[in-house]
Amino acid sequence: MTTMDRPVQEIGRDRRRKEDRRLITGRTRWTDNQAITGLLHISIVRSPFAHADIKGIDTSAAKQVPGVVGVYTAADLGADAVQLPCAWPITKDMKAPQRPALAGGRVNFAGEGVAVVVARSAAIAKDAAELIEVDYAELDPVLDMEEALKEGATLVHPELGTNENAQWVFDSGEAGSGGSAAEAIAKAEKADDQVVVRRRFRQQRLVPVFMEPRSTVVDPTGEQLVMWSSTQIPHILKTMLALTLGLPENKVRVIAPDVGGGFGGKIAVAPEEVVTLLVARKLGKPVKWTETRSESLLTAHHGRDQIQDLTVSVTRDGKITGLDVKLIADMGAYLGLVGPGVPILGAFMFNAIYKIPAYRFDCTNVFTTKTLTDAYRGAGRPEATFGIERMMDEVALELGIEPMELRKRNWISHEEFPFTTVSTLTYDTGNYEAATDQAMAMFDYAGLRREQDERRKRGDVKQLGIGISTFTEMCGLAPSRVLGSLDYGAGGWETASIRMLPTGKAEVVVGVSPHGQGHETAFSQIVADKLGIPFDDVEILHGDTQSSYRGLDTYGSRSLAVGGIAMVKAAEKVIEKAKPIAAHMLEASEDDLEFTAGKFGVKGTDKGVGIADVALAVFAAHDYPEGIEPDIDAHATFDPENFSFPHGTHLCAVEVDTETGFVQLHRYVCVDDVGTVINPLIVEGQVHGGLAQGIAQALYEEAPYDESGTLLSGTLVDYTLPSAADLISFDTANTSTPSTTNPLGVKGVGEAGTIASTPAVVNAVLDAVRQYGVADIDMPTTPFRVWTAINSAKGTAGRGDEANVASPGAGLGSNVKDSSVKNQGGAL
Amino acid sequence: MIPASFDYVRPTTVGEAVQALSDGGDDAKLLAGGQSFIPVLRLRMGDPSLVVDLGGIAELRGVREEGDAIVVGAMTTHHDVTRDELLGRHVALIAEATRTVADPQVRHRGTLGGALAHADPAGDLAAPTLALDAELVVVGPSGERRVPASEFFEDYFTTAIGPTEILTAIRFPKYTGWGARYEKFNRVAQAWSIVAVAATVKVDGGKITDARIGLTNMAGTPVRARGVESALVGQSMSEETVRAAAQAAAEGTSPTSDADAGSDYREHLARVLTGRAVLAAAG
Ligand SMILES: Cc1cc2nc3c(=O)[nH]c(=O)nc-3n(C[C@H](O)[C@H](O)[C@H](O)COP(=O)(O)OP(=O)(O)OC[C@H]3O[C@@H](n4cnc5c(N)ncnc54)[C@H](O)[C@@H]3O)c2cc1C
Repeated sequence: MTTMDRPVQEIGRDRRRKEDRRLITGRTRWTDNQAITGLLHISIVRSPFAHADIKGIDTSAAKQVPGVVGVYTAADLGADAVQLPCAWPITKDMKAPQRPALAGGRVNFAGEGVAVVVARSAAIAKDAAELIEVDYAELDPVLDMEEALKEGATLVHPELGTNENAQWVFDSGEAGSGGSAAEAIAKAEKADDQVVVRRRFRQQRLVPVFMEPRSTVVDPTGEQLVMWSSTQIPHILKTMLALTLGLPENKVRVIAPDVGGGFGGKIAVAPEEVVTLLVARKLGKPVKWTETRSESLLTAHHGRDQIQDLTVSVTRDGKITGLDVKLIADMGAYLGLVGPGVPILGAFMFNAIYKIPAYRFDCTNVFTTKTLTDAYRGAGRPEATFGIERMMDEVALELGIEPMELRKRNWISHEEFPFTTVSTLTYDTGNYEAATDQAMAMFDYAGLRREQDERRKRGDVKQLGIGISTFTEMCGLAPSRVLGSLDYGAGGWETASIRMLPTGKAEVVVGVSPHGQGHETAFSQIVADKLGIPFDDVEILHGDTQSSYRGLDTYGSRSLAVGGIAMVKAAEKVIEKAKPIAAHMLEASEDDLEFTAGKFGVKGTDKGVGIADVALAVFAAHDYPEGIEPDIDAHATFDPENFSFPHGTHLCAVEVDTETGFVQLHRYVCVDDVGTVINPLIVEGQVHGGLAQGIAQALYEEAPYDESGTLLSGTLVDYTLPSAADLISFDTANTSTPSTTNPLGVKGVGEAGTIASTPAVVNAVLDAVRQYGVADIDMPTTPFRVWTAINSAKGTAGRGDEANVASPGAGLGSNVKDSSVKNQGGAL
Repeated sequence: MIPASFDYVRPTTVGEAVQALSDGGDDAKLLAGGQSFIPVLRLRMGDPSLVVDLGGIAELRGVREEGDAIVVGAMTTHHDVTRDELLGRHVALIAEATRTVADPQVRHRGTLGGALAHADPAGDLAAPTLALDAELVVVGPSGERRVPASEFFEDYFTTAIGPTEILTAIRFPKYTGWGARYEKFNRVAQAWSIVAVAATVKVDGGKITDARIGLTNMAGTPVRARGVESALVGQSMSEETVRAAAQAAAEGTSPTSDADAGSDYREHLARVLTGRAVLAAAG
């Protein structure tokens, strides 16, 4: 057998995704279409009230329905005694309520499960569930975070004695990584040459809205209990189920088959997964739960929901001297798997790309009677990026400095890398100047500013606004020791194994768990290059704890930056193991061999054997060197020494229809530095999807509750998602400063678009309407809100009692002609 | 989500369908394109005992010319309405409005009759139907009757169709040569209207000689902006006159307030969009 000459280099090739045919046509196995003989179906009865005592549950009518196999309350299953795990106790004294799989005595959010029906079909289960009568005694809901923290507030969990989950503080003065922000701000307040800017921003509540609703099948009939689940985290789920339910871990197998999206929303040990398991074990039969879209919107964890108070002290010539961040973050009714840590991830990112000498971050997590919040694409970093990038525009406006110029005066220049930030992270590489220059050129920044000016002068109905976001993020969760120092319940390593098959093909078993990212393609490209075998000869196996027993799954843009490196290491080991065998086959010394393009060659000769020849040789095992095993398979675990830090410059222009308040995207340019690009097509796809979600936070999405604690966006008619028709064609590009913390030089791209885009859009919207005296508009900036802001601000001059620092001709180029607007600098 | 169980019939003639409805009693419901009705079933906001599917009745589909009228079968899909040549030529406003409904998938299944019978105040097809002075043909056990659009829409989700009646066709007078524009305001492309304005105008020698304007989602039923119509007729076409006339657009309306829009904002939108719709229709 001979090895094909390796084709072109795979890394860097824009290959179409090999998994797409089956994913796009739906001709694959999801959880919901697992066909198992004798499968029973579950319907969960959920509380319509946000906060209520359960006085009684009458299941008698439901039990009479033909086809019903069982009807259970929490106590019948022991589901009320379960403590669903929170793996991230952010402080030693964090308050954590018991989170049951089904509520026993009290429900704490609308949608919480109280009973379950098991039947021969999903339709029968649903019919019977409608017949269950639950007697609730309503309690006051807890909805407003600030009210919830006040003395005498109604408590979500009276047994905790408070609605405060935890307070987490970082102070660079105390940490020794910088000065004291309090001192810097106090000093600035007295100094003539400094300004202090205070702003409050609101991160609305969002729903991750993955395409495939959650689904779980549990088959308890074999020696190992098997759970199929639409999850991002089969490995963590398996271990957590064992720990939570006291099951021997060796008796549990979790399979995440093809999974239709997650965005963080499937990083969970969901109550429904546990209920399905409990029911299946009770009956000794396979059981399935699949949620409806409304159930998903109501009960799968939500994201964001913060109040952000930012204070910046800055010299009049634009050097930031201090940053104080005070957050209140809504946990909802319980703590999710990593929920309390999500806002804390922001602690490291508020200082962003800037050299800030003094920094304090203080976050208080609060319980309310709403659906719990947890990771959602970006998790903590979009919130931080929004806060700081909105603030940079506000400071620019205060100082009368062009907003990009203000950023330049504060950012880390490319000569300064590696750079240790005030929040203690060490950024390995980056070049903000290069990304910005390219973005500004692609955007025609100067031209659009001119057009903006002309439209203003003409008094056009449609005004232009321009918004900037220069962002960085930490991804590739994560160095295990960093996670340890943050009291996170696990490490951040990742694992890969390569199995060399007798015919020279490779099976790569990975610990990360794709749900739409294109891993199979990108990973195949990496392994093909490293082993020098054709792309089509590489199969990526994932998502089954039986084949892939070790892994920490997919989130936090880690799959390539951590998992991909494990594959590289495993490939290196394969080559290392193959080398003595190749030498033996070639009757040469190992020292004389070199491995290139899939071939061991004897230096200075044309003699060689391919890696496939070696694979066959160890399979036959007729003749191999003594003292080694006939096996070239390899397994590797990579624990990164640092995060990677993608960054980029995003520029957005919007048209605001001043008569209706409608915001139309006009141009969007982003230049992202994600280090080495494995597959440009996938990178672009990730950026596009990320942008859509980040833009949607700025313009469209919100999960509001009414005063009784009912979610108002319980269907996709009410939860406004954009489609391609609402977005424009994005102009994306990449600069590349390869990461030095991993051998591929890769960073991460899964979250970049989402993290960067939201503030760019909101900055643009405000830039268009500040001329009317508008100071801020809450997200999403709906037409109604924009119109209301314009109309309530028109004719007002702002608060004249504050410093008048807006200088003519500078800053956002707006609002200087008219003296009534000039005052507004202090009001904004 | 799973609907409650029901019986299902698929008649092939209007007569059979009327019979099935009568036999089915209070709980019998008609199924057209299912784009509104099936969500109602799946969310269990309704649980009929019998569903009568109109999909098998060929005579309910298609567009034809009958003298001065263009007659559209109730089961003609939105997609077919947007592509129909007769409608494009003589009743451009309904085709224009239909293009803004939802997305291609919905337009391939949803029907004009279903949309009008459903009478959602945010639905896009009632206002043009009203503005165009259409007649709705309704067949019941005692035969056929024609209801003027002005009497058809009674309230939120309520029309003049009786419980054992079927809407079989919509008869539009011809507006050959009139300009038409449906100005829809919504947050994202496939969403329902926050407010929309259906305008069709006749311009002759720079003068507006006739105008019909209907408003979507400005009350429980579509509303005719007669004040604007009369202010326009006889005026010479200019942005100024149109905008001035449009100031009367919110008269006689009673819009709701919700998260997407307060009632005063809706009134404001009605005025702005009316101006834009008329200008576009005339241009
Ligand atoms: C995602 C989505 C977005 C949408 N967006 C819009 C939009 O932007 N604008 C808009 O106008 N509409 C929108 N619709 C609704 C769409 O236009 C529907 O097609 C329409 O409202 C109902 O038509 P149908 O043929 O589907 O009727 P069905 O849903 O089958 O029936 C609707 C109701 O009318 C009754 N009915 C149907 N036919 C008759 C008849 N011939 N006689 C008597 N009663 C009858 C039924 O019993 C039922 O009560 C949307 C729908 C969806 C799913």
